[in-house]
Amino acid sequence: MSAHTESYAPVFVGKRKDELAALLTRYPTKMAGLLPALWMVQQDRGWVSEQAMTEVASVLELTPAYVKGVVSFYTMYHQHPVGRHFIQVCTTSPCLCNGADKVVNAFLEHTGCKELGITSADGKYTVIEVECLGACGFSTPVQINADTIENVTPDKVPVILAGLK
Amino acid sequence: MGYPQKSHPRETPVLSKHFGEGESRSLDGWKKRGGYKALELALQMTPAQIVDIVKASGLRGRGGAGFPTGVKWSFMKPGDGKPHYLLCNADESEPGTFKDREIMRWTPHALVEGCAIGAYAIGAETSFIYIRGEFQEPIDRMEAALKEAYAANILGKNAMGTGKTINVYVHKGAGAYICGEETALMESLEGKRGNPRIKPPFPAVSGAFGQPTTINNVETLVAVPHILVNGAEWYKAMCLSNPKSTGTKLFSVCGNISKPGNYEIVLGFPFKDFLYDLCGGPTAGRRFKAIIPGGASVPIQTVEEAEATLMDYEGFVAQGTMLGSGGVIVFDDTQSIPRQVARLTRFFAHESCGQCTQCREGTSWTTRILDRIVAGNGTYEDLDTLLEMAENMTGKTICVLSDSCAAPVVSGLQKFRHEFEALITGKRSSTVAGSQLAAGSSKLTAAGTAA
Repeated sequence: MSAHTESYAPVFVGKRKDELAALLTRYPTKMAGLLPALWMVQQDRGWVSEQAMTEVASVLELTPAYVKGVVSFYTMYHQHPVGRHFIQVCTTSPCLCNGADKVVNAFLEHTGCKELGITSADGKYTVIEVECLGACGFSTPVQINADTIENVTPDKVPVILAGLK
Repeated sequence: MGYPQKSHPRETPVLSKHFGEGESRSLDGWKKRGGYKALELALQMTPAQIVDIVKASGLRGRGGAGFPTGVKWSFMKPGDGKPHYLLCNADESEPGTFKDREIMRWTPHALVEGCAIGAYAIGAETSFIYIRGEFQEPIDRMEAALKEAYAANILGKNAMGTGKTINVYVHKGAGAYICGEETALMESLEGKRGNPRIKPPFPAVSGAFGQPTTINNVETLVAVPHILVNGAEWYKAMCLSNPKSTGTKLFSVCGNISKPGNYEIVLGFPFKDFLYDLCGGPTAGRRFKAIIPGGASVPIQTVEEAEATLMDYEGFVAQGTMLGSGGVIVFDDTQSIPRQVARLTRFFAHESCGQCTQCREGTSWTTRILDRIVAGNGTYEDLDTLLEMAENMTGKTICVLSDSCAAPVVSGLQKFRHEFEALITGKRSSTVAGSQLAAGSSKLTAAGTAA
């Protein structure tokens, strides 16, 4: 084992281990526990590291490469650390035609993020564009971590940011 | 009630009747509104009886394809000794569509009940509701409702005291539009990348975990309890045009329109009245230019086509498009059609799983060419190339994502070619009134390349 791996504190111990075991009873295969297990990792650690993928692989009897292949398919698993407030602005057609691009710019400006996907220097914010959030009648919807905020316009951005802990 | 808009008098709220009422979310509140009576009835019937009622009602899939639900259920053979699965497709990601979101947020028990009935009807002991990962609030609402339903012994090993096992679980997606494709959803549920499967075998033969599986949309399943309580004839009688399209349907409306939101109407309702009366028409001083009536995957309609449409499965086809998921995206005269088409194809390029060459290459090249045109660097040859590519992207891949990407390109070029040409010839973009450009466009076409 490399020094890297030794310093890694596993996610699936104690309560988390039991939670995953209980969840696995729902499915006929261990592999089906992969997406839920990755969610648990991300909830606890904020992102899914290579070491975490290796741990998940071992817990679910898969290979690390397989797990990485799955992680990389889905947009919501972070493969690197992100800002404490992960801000996703929907810019798909229905939102675009109501000015979503201006909402994106307002978030970039007020968070100090230099560009999309690059975390602000203080580590607080990461802003990305996201494809359809499924809230098209409330354009522009913005998702900050797990919360969706409806009807966001550029002028509301400073207030929204001020309200974040 | 209705949410976000109050119900319009011309709506027929069946599924959306309790949208906006907080109380409808709890088990007690739901029971007060007649909840779980249908499940009680269902568990006293045989699965075959339920399937027959649903067949007789004429209910068709509300997720996009419009396949008759009872017929789909009849492909399952209860008692064949295999575990069966009912999957509920709550991966609502079709741009323009946000109805399942509101169903789950306001009436989560309606979906629990629909899943339980559906599972029993197809001989399944387990149902998974696959909800897109971004829908954290709907996920929380569904989890809370399931917890109540288990605690009240509505679900579990002795569902409603009948000795029957019915389990319903939520499975959270992780960000992938393609997982709304039924076989991709199954792959994802199994813990794999969401690559659609080649069919056959069809899900009823080999679906989730290689077992017989039925997959239904959220809106389809929540209609079932109403059908069981009120009868197939009641449902069938809700029909304003073609007898093959029965019942009510939720339409999500967004884009450039006065009152965006969800509206529930009886199928066959005139689209013109819907757009101008229910949804309040265009915003002040504007006029409609184009409408995508069934989510981003269906062809674009002109305003004239939309105004002549009767809103049912056949009515949309008769006017050059499809009902799809019922996600109505409206563009007004401030919008550039080439820019919007480019944005739509970018969406599909982003969401392509990359298995099939036509889709992997086609979606991204189409987007690059469209971006070039929008930037003012396009040529007439580009328009021919786009159409040629669209042809190669249609009907040639494992799933229909590629076809969906081609739809706005082909319909956009057919119906709004003058806007693309204006960008090529260096005229101002397509927000200029269509008629002036259209007049010039025939000359441009003749001078340029053949259409």
